[in-house]
Amino acid sequence: MSAITPEVIEAHQLTPEEYQKIVSILGREPTYTELGIFSVMWSEHCSYKSSRLHLRKLPTRSRLVVQGPGENAGIIDIGDGYAIAFKIESHNHPSFIEPFQGAATGVGGILRDIFTMGARPIAVMDALRFGPLDDPETGARNRRILTGVVAGIAHYGNCFGVPTVGGECVFEKSYSGNPLVNVFALGVFKKSEIFYARASGVGNPVIYVGAKTGKDGIHGASMASAEFTEESKQKRPNVQVGDPFMEKLLLEACLEAMQTGAIVGIQDMGAAGLTCSTCEMGSRGNVGIEIDLQYVPQRESGMTPYEIMLSESQERMLLVAEKGREQEVFGVFRKWGLDAVTIGVVTGDGMLRVKDHGAVVAEIPNRPLADEAPLYNRPYTRPYRTAPMDPPAGWDAARDWTEALKTVLASGDVCSKRWIWEQYDYQVRTNTLEGPGGDAAIVRIKETGASIAMALDGNGRYCHLDPREGTKLMVAECCRNLSAVGALPVAATNNLNFGNPERPEIMAQIVEAIEGMAEACAFFETPITGGNVSLYNETLGEPVYPSPVLGIVGLMKTQAPVGIHFRNPGRTVMLIGGLGSTDSLRMGGTQFAKAVLKAEWGLPPALDMEYEKRAQAAVREIVSAGWAESSHDLSDGGLAVALAESSFGPGGIGARIELESDLSPAALLFHEGPSRVLISTAEPERVEEIARRHGVEAPRIGVTEANRLSIACGGAFLANASAADLRAVWENGLEKLLHG
Amino acid sequence: MKFGVVVFPGSNCDHDAWYAVSRNLGREAVMIWHDSEDLCGADAIILPGGFSYGDYLRCGAIAKFSPVMRAVKRFARDGGLVIGICNGFQILVESGLLPGALIRNKNLRFICRTVELETCTADSPFTSMGRKGQILRIPIAHGEGCYVADERTLDELEAEDRVVFRYVDNPNGSLRDIAGILSQERNVMGMMPHPERASDPLMGSCDGLVIFQSMAAAFAASKK
Repeated sequence: MSAITPEVIEAHQLTPEEYQKIVSILGREPTYTELGIFSVMWSEHCSYKSSRLHLRKLPTRSRLVVQGPGENAGIIDIGDGYAIAFKIESHNHPSFIEPFQGAATGVGGILRDIFTMGARPIAVMDALRFGPLDDPETGARNRRILTGVVAGIAHYGNCFGVPTVGGECVFEKSYSGNPLVNVFALGVFKKSEIFYARASGVGNPVIYVGAKTGKDGIHGASMASAEFTEESKQKRPNVQVGDPFMEKLLLEACLEAMQTGAIVGIQDMGAAGLTCSTCEMGSRGNVGIEIDLQYVPQRESGMTPYEIMLSESQERMLLVAEKGREQEVFGVFRKWGLDAVTIGVVTGDGMLRVKDHGAVVAEIPNRPLADEAPLYNRPYTRPYRTAPMDPPAGWDAARDWTEALKTVLASGDVCSKRWIWEQYDYQVRTNTLEGPGGDAAIVRIKETGASIAMALDGNGRYCHLDPREGTKLMVAECCRNLSAVGALPVAATNNLNFGNPERPEIMAQIVEAIEGMAEACAFFETPITGGNVSLYNETLGEPVYPSPVLGIVGLMKTQAPVGIHFRNPGRTVMLIGGLGSTDSLRMGGTQFAKAVLKAEWGLPPALDMEYEKRAQAAVREIVSAGWAESSHDLSDGGLAVALAESSFGPGGIGARIELESDLSPAALLFHEGPSRVLISTAEPERVEEIARRHGVEAPRIGVTEANRLSIACGGAFLANASAADLRAVWENGLEKLLHG
Repeated sequence: MKFGVVVFPGSNCDHDAWYAVSRNLGREAVMIWHDSEDLCGADAIILPGGFSYGDYLRCGAIAKFSPVMRAVKRFARDGGLVIGICNGFQILVESGLLPGALIRNKNLRFICRTVELETCTADSPFTSMGRKGQILRIPIAHGEGCYVADERTLDELEAEDRVVFRYVDNPNGSLRDIAGILSQERNVMGMMPHPERASDPLMGSCDGLVIFQSMAAAFAASKK
């Protein structure tokens, strides 16, 4: 047993004050194993100690919320006796160190969070952030990370049998040393069959199921709570190795075992493995848990209690069963060829007691361990930013706008992500009404007449320029994505990716982003039901852009979806929300600024939340009533990109657009002002009537026509190209960046 | 008529196949567990897509040793209808019920995409309700769907009219664009594309339904 020296404490990323708190909780010095247990439970990753005070500002309730934050996933009532569970989680650090396994186990972890509650996962989405693929210094590594991450997600999700139905992928220099991999998963179940991660019933057996415990992933949670340095590559052994086949068996066995009625509570072993699952289940249930490590199935001999308790081996679950009904549970797991072993018992004393062959190696009260980690109100100043306020000279000078459009369409953020999503099975389970490539993914619930629409959004550039407004814009856009397909946004899950919270200017980003999210989520009535915070996303002192990511789910009737593509020539093209306005300050975060000018400045677009809400209500009504043949929200790249993307359907239908505006061509084509959705319709009067009723502009801006996209203002052509040419540039963009 | 959908550990299109034949086609369908030789009285067998036994070693290589495959082989030998979809096709070639092999896609990546298939023969219990030359839009979703066989086998398949589907635009490098083949007796078919994913109007195509309809018709005819 190692002696506990100040060096050992520091190596466990515990401060001297935190150590003193441990001593006072225990009333004695901790053992080495206990120190390890505290260090993972009190890590930033598990305890949210820097963010928790601010997370309390988020709205978490609504009429539909069955379960808010604090469980494995949030739950929403979708009617007809059914509910959905969903959550997003990051696997940023592991994905940088070992892209394939890091991303794969990220998928595995969030899937377990869903099915541990009894829900069958029916959809996955991913928000990915990488460094630029064509960067002269880091491009090769960025390409390798992207390729590995995508293959890892595909490997795990495809084999497990859950469709990866959407997501987004963005490239910024700040992610070169710290990519982001955020995975969202959603499952469905009967409202009467929800399982919680709570232990109860003194004397009930504590059962370990699934894969054996090995030495992989030890201190993964602590690794995720520190900045990267040159030595981080040596942490590869801290990354777990995933086995999606094992997870698939675990899914089927768990859902089947739940049907026996013999399971009292269940939690997956994710970050901090056996430690986290035992003390959290005990703490939530106000009971104690006693286990003996000799019964834990182990992959290798000679593992110490410290290693067993801290291992993050994948595909494991902990459950509490009704005493006397163990055999029913064992029978199901035996059928699926999985280990299921009683390793302990629920006690009445509120302690986590860990024995090794009968000898106590750790004895800690559950509640302080799981729920009373130190909380920090870290000082914050003004948000960190590196961009100037003023635009570069001549930013709106005349240029070949067709070429500018092509440059934006070919850029990493805007180009088609087909190369990525074709590697994902987005159809398995035959529920995917709208897969990747649309504004929102739509998955039907076979058991009811309802469908779930879902979208992931985040905009690090906007948030870098203004964390508060950028986050509000993100919420608005995510809701708009759902409204564009006719779905009513009802709830959200968030992933907060930031740098080192101990730096006051980073902490300021976190605080402003959370407050912006709180304001917008309350306004748009999309409570946050859970999520994840990932801090210390820095390498060698260079933080990522403040990158909150939001997943929002919406409800709609099951019906053939309205896609983004123009379907017939001769239809009226309308812009719900109008042309919008902007100024030079607010052009600095656009894709035009990034791709064409290679610059970033100023502020993100201005958002009027009241108008946004009305515009979305109008669009939902128009789409649900069937008046829109196509519907596409304006976001990255503004009006010009939305028009182009609407022209990339199989029929090659483009449009002749004629605008009247005082805006400069650059602003008119590419400004990213929110609250706008592009539709094509055979019923313009009906659309106008609805827009008028909601107090929203809806100008007719042109007519669809075969094969060409032209955009004119005041009678003069700004852009004019064949839809096929534009499409080719957009389709080939990513592969060109990947393969040169 | 009763369809039987075999469930291996790691099958993940089993429920989709069940849904297609029971809900979209409207026939009875049962699930058959891999660990038994009891085919539950099924009149036609579906080996569904997925990753049976994790596809460890080689796709379908472990599944061929399962008890249920002994029963499926007997069932096929006695003239029963067997369709293997995706992983099911891989299991059929591993089991020797169909010739050839399925290897990594030419681009070395998993591909999920709706493709066009040319129906190369209507002379089979799986395509009798369609017509030769008919184009079907059906999704593929596989990493190892590149069909290969030696030249003599390929010639034989063609000479005996046993190539049932070809890709219009070959996505995976399959030799001679082969997407699906028949056994010599024509009662066993393997195909990489997923007809069960194209059996519901909401999924964008109902072209896959013709395969299950043909199977139902063939069974009905055999009972006359």
